[in-house]
Formats: sequence, C-alpha cells, structure tokens
Amino acid sequence: MNITTMTRQYITERLNNKVREDGRGMLSYRGITIKPGFIPNAEGSAEVNIGHTKIMAGIKIAVGTPMPDKPEEGSMMTAAELLPLAYHKYDAGPPSAEAVELSRVIDRGIRAANVIDMAKLFIEEEKVWSVFVDIYVLNYDGNLFDAGTIGAMAALLTARMPKYEDGKVIREGNLGRLEIINTCASSTFAKIGKTIVLDADANEEDFSDARLTITTDEKYIRAMQKGLGGSFYTSEVEGLIDTSFEKSKELIKRIKEAASGD
Amino acid sequence: MEKLELLINGKRLDGRAMDELRKISITASPIRNATGSAYIEWGNNKILAAVYGPREALPRHTADPDRAVVKCRYTMAPFSSLEEHGRPGMNRRAIEISKVTKEVFENVILLDLFPGTSIDIFVEVLQSDGGTRAAGITCASVALAASGIPMRDMPYAVSAGKVGETVILDLNKIEDNYSDADMPMAINPRNKEVTLLQMDGELTKDHFKQAVEMILKSGEAITKLQKEALRLPYEKAQERYNR
Repeated sequence: MNITTMTRQYITERLNNKVREDGRGMLSYRGITIKPGFIPNAEGSAEVNIGHTKIMAGIKIAVGTPMPDKPEEGSMMTAAELLPLAYHKYDAGPPSAEAVELSRVIDRGIRAANVIDMAKLFIEEEKVWSVFVDIYVLNYDGNLFDAGTIGAMAALLTARMPKYEDGKVIREGNLGRLEIINTCASSTFAKIGKTIVLDADANEEDFSDARLTITTDEKYIRAMQKGLGGSFYTSEVEGLIDTSFEKSKELIKRIKEAASGD
Repeated sequence: MEKLELLINGKRLDGRAMDELRKISITASPIRNATGSAYIEWGNNKILAAVYGPREALPRHTADPDRAVVKCRYTMAPFSSLEEHGRPGMNRRAIEISKVTKEVFENVILLDLFPGTSIDIFVEVLQSDGGTRAAGITCASVALAASGIPMRDMPYAVSAGKVGETVILDLNKIEDNYSDADMPMAINPRNKEVTLLQMDGELTKDHFKQAVEMILKSGEAITKLQKEALRLPYEKAQERYNR
C-alpha cells in the first residue's frame, strides 16, 4: 500500500493515543500459525503466518566442503527471497539490501544461539553437511524478521537428516532428525514517532522511523539489529530487551508445540 | 572452534584495559576530488571515507522529490585482511554494512534541504583488524562534516563485546573472532541516540548495560578526535596567515 500523507498523519495520531488500526495492544502479536512439513521433498519446511504475512521456510541438507576456519564442522547458509508475487513493491532480480539484511539477521540469531550442533555435521576430511535455510516470502504484511526466524526454527526442528553411504546421499527411507540443541525466537519492534509497537504490519512499517530486532533464547540475548534511519535511546532498548525475553519464551513454546505435532 | 585465552592477568592480549580504545588518528580531507573526505587509523584498521554531493540522484528513479537520498558503499580491499585474497566489491556482508551505515547518516543529515539529490558516501577499508564498520562510520562522519553538508550531530561508532563474563570495549580482530559477543553501536553524541545497533553472541541485560556505559564513555574521546581532525587544516591555514 502506498500510504498518503493524510493516512500517515491519521494513523500516527491514533498511535500517539495508543490505538492501533487493528485494535491490538502496542506490544502484542497478531495471530500466529506455524505449520511444519508442507514440503515433504525438503528435509524440513514450515509455513508461518503472522496476520497476513505468510512465509515458507525450507531446509535442504547437502554434502559440502567445510569453511576453511572450521574444518571439522558443518555449515549453514541462510537466504531470503522477497518474491515478486508477494508484494507490489518487490522486483525480480538479485537480492535487494533489504533481503540481504533479513537473511543475515535471521542467520545471525540462529548461529549465535548454536541451534544446530555443527560438530555433528562432520562426515570425513573435507566433507561436511551443509544446511541451507531458505526463507520464501509469499505474502508481505510486515514483520518478516520474526516470521522468518519462527519458520527457520520450526523447519529445522522437524528436518530429517540424510545419510551418506558409499559416496551417495540418501534422503529417503528411515532417517533420523537433524540434531537441534537450542531454540531461539526474535521480537521486532517498530518506532513510529515516539511510540514503539511490536510486530508492525505493512502500513505501520511503511512509515516506521526505526526498527529493532532482538533475538533471544531462554537465557541470553543472541542477536540484535537496529534498522532504518530513526534512533532508539539505550533506556528504550533496555525495556525492549525485557519484552523480547517474555515474547520469545511464548514463541519458543509455540514453535516447539508445532514441531512436536509434525 | 578452539578457545583462545583473550584475557591474561586482567589485561587484554594487546595490553589494553577492558574499557580502553585502540589508538585512533583521523585526518580530514585527504581526497581532493571529494566534497568531503577523511582517513582514519584505528588500531591496525586503515580506512578512507569520501562524500560526493549533494548531486543529481542517478538513476533518476532513486531520487526523492521531498528530500535528499543517502547512498552508501562500504567495501573492503582484497588485500585488506591477513587471510587470503578477498573478492573486491560488494558481498552480502558489505551490502548489509552499507545499509546500516547509510541509515546512521540518514538520521543526522538535514535531508529536507536538498530534495531530488543524492549524497553518496564511500567507505573503503584498506586494512582491516576488527571493528571496521564502527571505524568506517566514525571516519565517514568526519568526511561529511568536512564536506559542509549540514548535520544535526556528528555520530561516532565503536563496538563492545564480552569475553567470559567480562565486558570489553573496541574489539580487535582476534578478540572479535574468539569473544562471546560483539556489539557495534553508533551514537549521536549530543543526545545519546542510538542509530546503529547490531549484536551477536550471548549477552545478558546486565552485560548490555555495561557495554552501553563503556560505549558512551569512550564517545567523549572519539568525538574530541573527530573535532580536532576537522579543526587542524584551518589552524594550519591560520598559522600560515599569521606568518
């Protein structure tokens, strides 16, 4: 949607009075659904809806070469695609800076939280398993960061682990699960004027001044990323750290429930 | 990864205290062709920044009729690190750093004054030793000030991190590789607004507070160096005039 100056003024005024367009509280999420296993061909997958935002996360696991600085560990690569079918402002072509940032922030949270036991992905010298996490945005209505992390987590938790036998990768049959040793979730806040909201929708994101994503597990802050041209005060960030620990706890529970049902 | 002992007898590997910055020196206006430029040596980091503009925003569709657009290109020279030859130009890391750097300066430049134009910021890392995005922002800030483009503040950036339970300021490359957390931040010194905040690793809220305190305290020294660098060419000119 292209927000006109008048719509913007109207919504900002309402936000100043703590009213959001869809009647939510300032720090509440829209409805979230997590559906793992939509793509049986992928080692792992999950569809996540947050309000009208819809993403698909897919996991493929392949044999690759280790990173030079970590010869005995597997690797993980995260990519995000802002598909042109998902939003009128998305164009085909090489990944935009927005897509690169999105994938790197999701990647950083999962990596810093040591979600995958990388040492278990070693096969033999110069051969390790590489985990590819792909986030496909199918319908954009704000907050791709949290949807992406939830999707990646749910897909990883339900991913099966291929086998490597006699130089061949076996992806079917009786396979175990990819070993996951931690779970994380992110909370993304948008600052509009002086008001801070959680889980901004497309309209709210369209005129956000600043954005802050905080990824935590149950114990630590694992990653943070501030975006856009606006700013936060450190006291605000401290408050948002508390909120994100609370929200993560709930999200991690939801992710685990969804994954165990698959 | 094998753990490397980063703190020995209460000192860091390079002998610094926990809240001590590396040696920083800044030179304003080394690049004659640019509207404004600066060169920074921050520890072993050597970084050039140049600003061109406000100039016509090209391609045309990138222009905003209401304000100037800021464009930023952060790149690392292929010979800049101790490791193997890197690929020149933009990789995914560079795209992200360019984006967050651009956002720092969107916050402070008075964009409304130059509708339809672009202000182009180039940050070229010639030698890297950890903390290049922070050093690059601190340097680009001086380049912008030297260009005369009006800003409401002159940002600086520095990173803090954590080794075990100890919070440390301004991580060098080895510390960055083996630390338990790294958190670069850019600050507008006048009102302490945070315009860049990234972090990965593991941090509690208490660690975060300690890190913020160190970053804000170190800002006084960095801002002073930035201002001195800007003043120096004029002082020299004044001296010449007086002679």
